[in-house]
Amino acid sequence: MTIKGKAYIAGVFEHPTRKADDKSLAQLHAESAQGALADAGLTRQDVDGYFCAGDAPGLGGLSMADYMGLKLRHIDTTETGGSSYVIHVGHAAEAIAAGKCDVALITLAGRPRAEGMATGTAPRNYGAAPDVAFEFPFGPTVVNQYAMAAMRHMHQYGTTGAQLAWIKVAASHHAQHNPHALLREVVTVDDVVGSPMISDPLHRLDCCVITDGGGSIIVVKPEIAKRLKRPRVRVLGAGEAVKHQMGGQVDLTYTGAVWSGPAAFAEAGVTPADIRYVSIYDSFTITVLLTLEDLGFCPKGQGGKLVSDGNLISGTGRLPFNTDGGGLCNNHPANRGGLTKVVEAVRQLRGEAHPKVQVSNCGLALAHGTGGSLGTRHGSATLIMERE
Amino acid sequence: MAAPERKIPAPEANPETRPFWEAAVAGRLLIGKCTACGKPHYYHSYSVMRRVPAPYALAYVTLDEGVTMMTNIVDCDLDGIRIGQRVRVSFKPTEGGPPVPMFTPDSS
Repeated sequence: MTIKGKAYIAGVFEHPTRKADDKSLAQLHAESAQGALADAGLTRQDVDGYFCAGDAPGLGGLSMADYMGLKLRHIDTTETGGSSYVIHVGHAAEAIAAGKCDVALITLAGRPRAEGMATGTAPRNYGAAPDVAFEFPFGPTVVNQYAMAAMRHMHQYGTTGAQLAWIKVAASHHAQHNPHALLREVVTVDDVVGSPMISDPLHRLDCCVITDGGGSIIVVKPEIAKRLKRPRVRVLGAGEAVKHQMGGQVDLTYTGAVWSGPAAFAEAGVTPADIRYVSIYDSFTITVLLTLEDLGFCPKGQGGKLVSDGNLISGTGRLPFNTDGGGLCNNHPANRGGLTKVVEAVRQLRGEAHPKVQVSNCGLALAHGTGGSLGTRHGSATLIMERE
Repeated sequence: MAAPERKIPAPEANPETRPFWEAAVAGRLLIGKCTACGKPHYYHSYSVMRRVPAPYALAYVTLDEGVTMMTNIVDCDLDGIRIGQRVRVSFKPTEGGPPVPMFTPDSS
């Protein structure tokens, strides 16, 4: 069975807050859901499928269904970190294709800023996870794990800090036009490589922002999409993968996108050359570089060249990416950036991105999520969508 | 100025990983079915965490037996670490648990 053409993204919403001192986690989820339903022209009474991940409070899907008053016949709480919500779109399309639901609601929310979380630099202890005893004593954090991937790529392919910096520079060029972006100042390569070293070779400006907020996506069956008044965005293909340490055969030079990407392209029946716009998970600059290589936008090891000299900047570059400013400048709600990747891709396909960053004739877009850590184990999700 | 010493959290042994940690107490590094101790190995990658009170080097070391493991590089100049350098295992005490295998540059 394929999901190609069997489901549409009818509504999207990105919560405008970046610091939510006065809102609960459940409220942020519900406000996001309300925003996406309003965008689609639907109400919560239309929802019969619900998708959420580990950021949802309490018993996740059960707590949120109760709080939002949803009557469900399908629920899926697949948890793959920040990639969860990209996977959820694929799973929602599968459920719709199988007749298990007609209107799927996906929500994400979090408040790490309000809670003062040291997201990147404090080692995380996942308790009973089998890897903890063999990793936690060594102080693995989010940033130093991704930094090891960057260090290895530099060693193997000669990638430079300046090349990684171009990714942040492109994101900042886009963020200047987004009134909601946390960081709107345009930065230069020198600004990035001159910012404080956090964990070699990643500087402060190689790292994404920490923000509160959330977002939501509505996926519907074709019959419903056709009677709604919004531009139609059709799901063409989805791929998902998990990469881990493979019994000690660690190779930090590639990501799970080497598997999720080809699966999505095959289902969609398109190639990287056909894609007009990409939303690429950007927890760190290195995440973008590795993902673009692994999705086939350039030969392996050539990512540094691909991202340099403004090539990712909309209007001038040949591969416009993250035109909302991405996680590097705009928003990384709940430390999970997958959902906002889909939101900006939908804006582009609808022609509703900011005019300064709108890609002309944007008929085909890709969104990619990475969740967990490139340094140890991560989920990888690729989604290809088209404007109908 | 000497950096403050970094405290190393104790690893918690599960029933199935207890032999590994018992061997660690005896100064032996177990992998899979074979025992390897004291042999030189090399870095796959590393990163020095700078924005903490006591900077430290997280690393993946590839053992000559073929597996790659997460560890720290210790007892050396953190700025002198390079991918591909040879290293030697050195067990370091933890806070109330068995010692953990760390690595130091091999000078032999």
